[in-house]
Amino acid sequence: MAGLRTAEGARRAGYAGPIEFLGAEAHAPYNRPPLSKELLQTEGHGHAEVAFPIRSALEEGVSWVLGRAAVSLDAARRVVVDDAGAEHPYSALVIATGLRPRALPIDDHGLGGIHVLRTLDDAVALRDVLRPGANVVILGSGFVGCEIAATAAKNGATVSIVTQSRVPLERALGPLLGAEMRRRHEEHGVRFFTGESLFGLVGDPGVERVILTSGVMLECDVLIVAVGSDPNTEWLEGSGLEVSNGVLVDGGLRAVGVDGAVHPEIFAVGDVARYANPLFDDVPRRVEHWNLPTETGKRAGQLIAAQLAGDDCEPLAAAGFAPLPSFWSDQYDAHLLAFGMTYLADRSELVAGRVDDECVVEYYRGDKLVGVCGIGMRSAVQAYRTRFATPAPTA
Amino acid sequence: MIRIDVDMDKCQHYGQCVFEAPEVFQLNADDKLEYVAEAPDEMLADLEAAADVCPMQAILITRA
Repeated sequence: MAGLRTAEGARRAGYAGPIEFLGAEAHAPYNRPPLSKELLQTEGHGHAEVAFPIRSALEEGVSWVLGRAAVSLDAARRVVVDDAGAEHPYSALVIATGLRPRALPIDDHGLGGIHVLRTLDDAVALRDVLRPGANVVILGSGFVGCEIAATAAKNGATVSIVTQSRVPLERALGPLLGAEMRRRHEEHGVRFFTGESLFGLVGDPGVERVILTSGVMLECDVLIVAVGSDPNTEWLEGSGLEVSNGVLVDGGLRAVGVDGAVHPEIFAVGDVARYANPLFDDVPRRVEHWNLPTETGKRAGQLIAAQLAGDDCEPLAAAGFAPLPSFWSDQYDAHLLAFGMTYLADRSELVAGRVDDECVVEYYRGDKLVGVCGIGMRSAVQAYRTRFATPAPTA
Repeated sequence: MIRIDVDMDKCQHYGQCVFEAPEVFQLNADDKLEYVAEAPDEMLADLEAAADVCPMQAILITRA
């Protein structure tokens, strides 16, 4: 998605030359949020239902090399090597390799019935086993875990969430809305095991039961591991780029080397990019919210077009990059919409409505507003967008 | 002209499109999306941006 948006952005900014997409997945770019919702409960839905439309600007001069993963980068020669050994030379490189789900934290002993959800293929495999009556155990209570729980519970599965947190969505929503989302899940029959992790698995050849660290044993036909993601940067080891926790980039989304030098022809966008956002502070972070692949792609596209046209990119890059993160989630009849960086907050405050109905909650770090989240109340939440518009003074 | 179609079965009225192209998309008093079905060609970039930011990917933009 971030790669697609970057290409569109470069075309919009005047770049008319060739573009090659090199992708590990066999599918053309698609929208991931429905994978934990509509696609997971709708038999027959596949790539066609989630594919991004390819705009006319990308119909010419574009080649797609799909089902091939990048395995190394030679920044000096400006060449990417794929897993078939083929070399892909470039004038400008966009790193949009995204994330992959973290694996089960204990040995899976090769048991079947253990799933993650990141790709379309993951979702189709999971849909096939989320049958009514299935005993589903979800490890992790972030957005992916909670959305799968809601979908599975609606489909008639027996759902348990095992989490080290005190409440679901704790990091993103804080204790107030986290507790409310737990209540809503419990209303639909989902059981929570908080402050818990997995100790062991029982079964052969597929998982049949899981044992929690407290000793509790749960029946389990389907175990879903939803304990976060890691950036796909292994292929960049040895490239000279700074890739600890994502690809470090400057305000122009240009990659920074381990020596601190900016690579003006290498960009990183989407979930894999780590950058400071002057709306909040000067700490570079990876932010895994859905609107940021689009925001980073648009921005990188402008820089790439300027770079390849031989223009001076420095003024554009120095203008800074301050996208307003936004996320949303549908669980049962709760439609969450948020702006900002709620998980930087040290406290949250209900400012309108009721949490068990519709509401608006503000998030503060010290006395500074860093985020807002609503259940329903769209107009009230949308009105906050401009409240984040002034960059924080840099201390 | 540009034709705007919103799949109202998909639309969850998040209103992200309103910010990109307020001339075309609005949330009404009940927080439901309302939009006009046609817009002039010079709005193409704004309308594509609105389609891009739709969480449900419910907006289809076509050049008529």
